[in-house]
Amino acid sequence: MNLWKRLMCTARRKSPWLFHMNSGSCNGCDIEIIAALSPRYDAEQLGVLLQGSPRHADILVVTGPVTNKAVNAVKTVYDQVCGPKAVVAIGSCPATTNVFIDSRTLDGPLDKHLPVDVYVPGCPPRPDAIIAGVVKAAVLLAERGSDAPKPAIVIAGTAAEEVQP
Amino acid sequence: MNPMLTALARLLIFPGLLFAVPAAWFFLWVERKAVALMQERVGPPFMQPFWDFVKLLGKSTPPRPGIAGFIMRAWPLIAVGSAAGAVGLLPVLPASGGFEGDLILLLALLELPSICIIAAGFSSRSIFGEIGSAREAALSVSYNIVFLLAIVSIAASQRTFRLEALAAMHPTFLTVLGIVAILICLPAKLHINPFSLPNAEQEIYSGPMTEYAGPELAMWELAHGLEWVAATGLVATLIAPHIALAWGTSLLAGFIFVVLSVAVVLLLSVLAAATARLAIDSSVRFYWQCTLIFAVLAISSALFVRFWL
Repeated sequence: MNLWKRLMCTARRKSPWLFHMNSGSCNGCDIEIIAALSPRYDAEQLGVLLQGSPRHADILVVTGPVTNKAVNAVKTVYDQVCGPKAVVAIGSCPATTNVFIDSRTLDGPLDKHLPVDVYVPGCPPRPDAIIAGVVKAAVLLAERGSDAPKPAIVIAGTAAEEVQP
Repeated sequence: MNPMLTALARLLIFPGLLFAVPAAWFFLWVERKAVALMQERVGPPFMQPFWDFVKLLGKSTPPRPGIAGFIMRAWPLIAVGSAAGAVGLLPVLPASGGFEGDLILLLALLELPSICIIAAGFSSRSIFGEIGSAREAALSVSYNIVFLLAIVSIAASQRTFRLEALAAMHPTFLTVLGIVAILICLPAKLHINPFSLPNAEQEIYSGPMTEYAGPELAMWELAHGLEWVAATGLVATLIAPHIALAWGTSLLAGFIFVVLSVAVVLLLSVLAAATARLAIDSSVRFYWQCTLIFAVLAISSALFVRFWL
């Protein structure tokens, strides 16, 4: 690996910019994401910044069980994020549709539509778990070139994390 | 020395690109770190703006076909070029050259990035970009009156438009007044709080930058950083008269220049962290009603000094 590639890897790991997408969430996870970026948890010391435009983002942070209304929006926003990119599913809703399972107003879970890289379970997950998930996604980004994303399932912030080597 | 070589050295080495690009990243870090410390956070690591820049260079951009796409890609490059040129014109080292009227060129080059931002917002055809550009344009016609009047009053009181002569002048009451007026205009020029209207994150996404991605956005960040260096450097050279002549060595002159620039950056960052964003009408009213009167007083007294005393 030449010097420029190594530099790029480090840069991608150290500068994950987020775009926050709500696909019909109850707002619980969104509040926890805001808490993770607030002065108490201070995600900026890891280089994490919340961006207003999906064009600027590296990591798409999705909450909610993907309602019928939100499907097209989720796909559009995913296409607007420029590669290399990663998707982090925050909470149990995008992972499994949670308590809304079998609802006729849903078209979830999220991985039916997008290649999800990191799942952060919880209802809602704690801010520490969200930060851990974003950092894992940033490590995935560093390993990934600008080619098409390969799905790799990572579960962050749970007991399973400690078991894994 | 060959004047051509001197000019090239100023543009490319000091205070030009070789100094200004790391200084731009450093100033961006100082700004973010100061805001973080004011909010009792740890804040970003020292290399953060550099990592952001490298990462953005490695990202892909959406296809931009045709002449509109070409123009959209050109704006950030023009902004970087003009901001770097403005930094290169600063009279930091003693006997660094320069010519009669280079102050006017510096002002034009300082203004060009903001015109590029306005044009970029409109050429991106995003509704948020257009709102941001309209705000930037309204803000620009407000603060520029005060900014230009302040600089013209300093220049008129010294009877020259040559930067080197202005950098070596003895401070008078008028120049202090002018420097304060310039400092009041800098937050609007650099788009930081309380005048961060054009790129107001919570309201209009990223304003004119909304559609930009990857290397283009990296160039905008660099242009913003270079604007910081040029604007604070202008204040630093005006504040410290004879920084070079009194001490005689170039090294010390450069050092004092850097220290003063960082002090101005800190001052502006603390102001940015301590204030909230004003609405567009309040911003425009602030410049037209509150500060314009002082600028007019400054320039009229400068002209009085120039012609009658």
